[in-house]
Amino acid sequence: MKDPPASKRQVWAIAGFALATLAVAAAVGNSYYQLVLTQVLLWAVLSLAWNILSGYSGYFSFGHAVFWGLGAYTVALGMIYLDLTPWISIPLCAIVGVIAAALIGYPTFRLRGHYFALAMLAYPLAILYVFQWLGYQEVTLPMKRDAALLYMQFTEPRVYAGLALILLVATMLISLRVENSRFGMSLLAIKQNEPAAEAAGIDTWRWKMQAIMLSGALAAMAGGLYSVVLLVVTPETVFGMLVSAQPLILALFGGVGSLWGPVIGAIVLVPLAEVLNAELGDVLPGIQGVVYGVAIIAIILYAPEGVYWRLKDRLGRRRAAMPRPALHKQQTAVSVVTLAPARPAAEGELLVLRGIGISFGGLRALDGVDLTVREGALHGIIGPNGAGKTTLFNVINGFLPPDRGNIAFAGTTLTGLRPNRVCRLGIGRTFQVVRAFRRMTVLENVIVGAFVRARNDLAAEGMAIAALERVGLAERASDLAGGLPTKHLRLMELARALVPRPKLLLLDETLAGLAHEDLADILGVIRQVQRDGVTVLIIEHTMQAMVQLVDRFSVLDHGRLIADGTPDEIVRDPRVIEAYLGKKWMDRVAVAGT
Amino acid sequence: MVLPSFLADFLQALAVGVIVGGAYALMCIGLGIIFGSMRVINFAQGDFLMLGMYAAFYLTTGYGILAFLGAYAGPIIAAFLAGPIVFAVGWVLHRFIVSRVTGAGAEQSLGAGAYGQIIVTLGLSLILQNGGLILFGSTPTGIRTPLSRASFTIGPLLLNQARCVSFFVAVVLVVLVYLFLSHTRHGKALRAAADNSTAAIYMGIDVDRAHRIAWSLGVGITAIAGGLLASSQSFQPYVGFDFVIVMYAGVVLGGLGSILGAFWGGLLIGIVQQMSTLVLPYQLQNTAIFVVFLLIIFLRPQGLFGRLAERT
Repeated sequence: MKDPPASKRQVWAIAGFALATLAVAAAVGNSYYQLVLTQVLLWAVLSLAWNILSGYSGYFSFGHAVFWGLGAYTVALGMIYLDLTPWISIPLCAIVGVIAAALIGYPTFRLRGHYFALAMLAYPLAILYVFQWLGYQEVTLPMKRDAALLYMQFTEPRVYAGLALILLVATMLISLRVENSRFGMSLLAIKQNEPAAEAAGIDTWRWKMQAIMLSGALAAMAGGLYSVVLLVVTPETVFGMLVSAQPLILALFGGVGSLWGPVIGAIVLVPLAEVLNAELGDVLPGIQGVVYGVAIIAIILYAPEGVYWRLKDRLGRRRAAMPRPALHKQQTAVSVVTLAPARPAAEGELLVLRGIGISFGGLRALDGVDLTVREGALHGIIGPNGAGKTTLFNVINGFLPPDRGNIAFAGTTLTGLRPNRVCRLGIGRTFQVVRAFRRMTVLENVIVGAFVRARNDLAAEGMAIAALERVGLAERASDLAGGLPTKHLRLMELARALVPRPKLLLLDETLAGLAHEDLADILGVIRQVQRDGVTVLIIEHTMQAMVQLVDRFSVLDHGRLIADGTPDEIVRDPRVIEAYLGKKWMDRVAVAGT
Repeated sequence: MVLPSFLADFLQALAVGVIVGGAYALMCIGLGIIFGSMRVINFAQGDFLMLGMYAAFYLTTGYGILAFLGAYAGPIIAAFLAGPIVFAVGWVLHRFIVSRVTGAGAEQSLGAGAYGQIIVTLGLSLILQNGGLILFGSTPTGIRTPLSRASFTIGPLLLNQARCVSFFVAVVLVVLVYLFLSHTRHGKALRAAADNSTAAIYMGIDVDRAHRIAWSLGVGITAIAGGLLASSQSFQPYVGFDFVIVMYAGVVLGGLGSILGAFWGGLLIGIVQQMSTLVLPYQLQNTAIFVVFLLIIFLRPQGLFGRLAERT
């Protein structure tokens, strides 16, 4: 999260950029170069719009032409059939973009990775054929020489550059706002680890939908203005592959996930391709595409993070020598925000599972599990590998809907709720394999968890710092999560789960893979958490550490709960010994005993 | 024999669908081998198809190399020769470009790594298409043989002879590819690398090499399919666009990663494309494919033959 001065600096930088662009527009006389300038600005808008969705959330769209093209046709057809001036139809494009984005996002966000990319690729191409079929092969905007101003038909090309600049500056300010808010942070968390973001209480669905709708609106407006500038709209030029590829190429070249990256990409590549096309287009008709192709391959091979990040890393290394702003001052100020439990611990049933069952194909991963976790308890679930422990957690926190049974938590039914809702109700969790947002700092990782409860972003930061202090990780707050050792990752994940002040904490093999001396630290933190009034449900497959820690045990084997009781009872339970050591062992013990 | 006209149309569309589907199945297998073993979305696949078309075109007509083989065998031999030519191109591109963003190392770094591959193939696609425009020009061409215009008449059906020949050649090739994958050492290594590249490395399989073979073989096979199509349709350097979605729809329909699935998927897409003309205007053929493609992705992402391997 950036502090306000950094954000203010960016606003000044944007203002400076706008002035520089105006100066260039004023200086360039040639109307062809004016047109190139306008195109640079419009493609920059499309790239930034693409970046809001794909750069931040990591859902790469290969079909942004769909928004661009719908915008272009909205303006063109609106003018032809409804005599609509672009002054009205371009803002209208935003609505068209939002609707298209909602219609596309709603089904498509059920897909991930390759499938999302492939589906997005299909939309503009499918629509391209529809527009061809409808007979809009070549739509020319009617000339309105008598009312040029009213219909945005200026003879002075500088005006178009000005309009495009206004749109670009607005898009940059919106991007800046997104980047520095919980919106952007949530998208970044989704990009780096979507399940973890969801479990940390982020409504991933909502943010993704908002991102694509905002992105679609901006892209459609840029497409609308583009049609006014070029005056001719054809399906291939607005819905074609090259349009979808353009924002990707520009953003990748400049730097994905940054405010300036897409702009840099547009400034460098668009004029290059245009000039090559103009100079050599007759001899080498496809030179523009070849240049783009070579440019993105070169970028991926030699500077995969893009120009902006490359430069920033260079400069950053020079700046690293300067002392970091001290965190401690801030810490003392906010550590008043304690992690007090949402409710005082009372002797009651906090979590009740009844007859939970779930199958994967023929495998019954959970089979009629009944489990009661009492408020304030430190409750352990053990079982051999494949017993269904993690599946049980996934069912409780909403990753997997159970086939049968129901779950009640503090009187509310959890069954069917999505993980972020479950988190909101007061259940935090950690993962067997730590799910860190690797390219965020430790503090940012924890801040993501605080959004659920925090009224504003500053409060979120305060809560996160307090949580880090609680687990003893405050001094690593500004380290990147990607470089932490296991123990610190576990503690960070604990802090992230604790920061929204859960009533119940689900810990999935938090003790696994830790060195002996680290184990004591983590156990200490877990005990402290329980003393603070948080109920803890912990999974482990080794019994040793657990016996010292928990005050109640449940044993899971082959998806069934085979025993439930105090640690003493459990270690003597023959069914448990059998599950762990096998029947043969039991027989030998029986023989030896006689 | 007189059939009701609708039934006759239906049978005609079905037959043409199967015949066209044969070539589609072949190109889908090419893509299926690449996706199945490397998990790379290759945007340039359609452009390798285009290269195959031009390779066959120049071998038969442009330089007249194969003119002595006559109008019947010439185009088929040319289509076959397009395979090794594009295989070689693919080999070089993989060696110097693609391999640097794929392979066992890149596979693990999901996110940026996975997109690096897509971007590289997108770049290749742009270069091939536009390079093609520079080299071959934008005028649509085609290989015209006596077969291109002649038709077989089977009952009420009219089947283009060039397409029928392509169909049979494609089916023979599919069988050969299947035998290669299931019975040869390279084929088995390739399938092992596809199934679990990390495990394959531990078993001593050179995964990078297996990927290179998969990539080159995949683009080569698709190029042969292109070469076969070249004698029954006209094409220009941007023709790859039309086939990228055909191929992905076929491969996804069959199940990403399943070679046999890619065959049936490609065949079905051919049928869907032709049958759609019964109810939809001719221009919306490809839109029908997109719709089917989207429906498969949403309703049955694992495809007809794929496994659903989801991890939580």
